[in-house]
Amino acid sequence: MLSCRQVTSLASDYVDGALPRRTRLGVRFHLLMCWMCRRYLRQLELTTRVLRGLAGGDEPAEPPAQVREAFRAWRAERGGSDADAPHRPSTPR
Amino acid sequence: MSQSDRLPRTVPAPARPGSDGGDVHGLGQAGPTISVADRALVARLLEGDEPAFEALVASLHGPMLRFVRVFLKRSDVAEEVVQETWLAVLRGLPAFEGRSSLKTWIFHILSNRARTRATREGRVIPFADLAAPGDDATETGLEDRFTPDGRWSEPPAPWQVDTPEAIALRREAMQQLAAALETLPDAQRAVVTLRDVEGWSAQDVCNALDISETNQRVLLHRARTRLRRTLGEVLGR
Repeated sequence: MLSCRQVTSLASDYVDGALPRRTRLGVRFHLLMCWMCRRYLRQLELTTRVLRGLAGGDEPAEPPAQVREAFRAWRAERGGSDADAPHRPSTPR
Repeated sequence: MSQSDRLPRTVPAPARPGSDGGDVHGLGQAGPTISVADRALVARLLEGDEPAFEALVASLHGPMLRFVRVFLKRSDVAEEVVQETWLAVLRGLPAFEGRSSLKTWIFHILSNRARTRATREGRVIPFADLAAPGDDATETGLEDRFTPDGRWSEPPAPWQVDTPEAIALRREAMQQLAAALETLPDAQRAVVTLRDVEGWSAQDVCNALDISETNQRVLLHRARTRLRRTLGEVLGR
C-alpha cells in the first residue's frame, strides 16, 4: 500500500488525472482509509482552482497602436485590394 | 520567419494531405488538430480582416503579456516582445500549417522570442536543471511532516474556508498566494502560471516551453505543493 508521503508526491498528477490506472487506483484506495491525505488532496485541488482567480484583468480593450499599424502595413504589403473589403465573409463557396 | 519560430515535432501532426494553412477553403475537412474556427480565422486574417485581427489581439494580448513576464519581469520589455511577436505572427501566417491550434502556434513563437530576449539580458531559465529528480522533499518542504515510514507526523491543518469562492474573498490569502507565485523558481512559476492560472493543457505547456512531459509534471507538482503550503499558512487553523 502507498504511504502518505508517496500519496502526497503523486497528488498533483492525481488531481490532473495524469496517473496510470494502477497507480490511480492505489491512491484512491489509500484515500479511502486516510483522512489526512484526503484533506491534503482537497487542499491541493483547492489551490489549483484558486490560482485560476489570479488570471485576467489586464487585457487591453483594443490592440496597442503599434500592433494595429503593423497589421495595416502587413495588409498593404500583401496587396491593397483586400484593404477595401475588411468584412468580406470567408466562407467557402 | 526564423527556424526557431517553428513548432517542435512533438506537436501531433495530422498525416492528412491538404490540411496545411494554404487550404483555407477546406472548412469542412479540418484536420484533427486545427479547429474549424481557427481555419476560418486564419482565412479572414489573410484577407486583411482588421476586426478579426483586433479580436484576436484583444483575446490573447493579456495572456501573452503574462506569459512573457514569466521570463522577463520588466513590463516595458515584455510589451516589446509581445509586439514583436505579433509582427512575426503576421509574417508567418501565410505559412501557418495548422499542425497545432493557432493559439499554441502563437505562443510557441512568443516563447522562443521571450527566451531569446531573456538570454540576451542574462536571464536564463534552466528548465531541465530545476526538474532534476531527487531533491523533492527538500524542494517542497514536506520532509519534516512525515515519519521515517512515510506517515504524516502531523496532519495538514484544516482550513477556515473550504471553497474556491470563499478563499477568493479572503484578501490576505489571495495576496500571499500571488506573492508566493512571484517568488517561485522561474521554471516552476512558468509551468504553474500556464497550467493553473491560465488553464492550459499539459500538452500545450510542453510545446510552448519545449519541456518534456516529465519535467512539466515535476515542476507543476513542486509549484502546487509550495502554493498549497502558502495558503495553509494563511488559512490553517
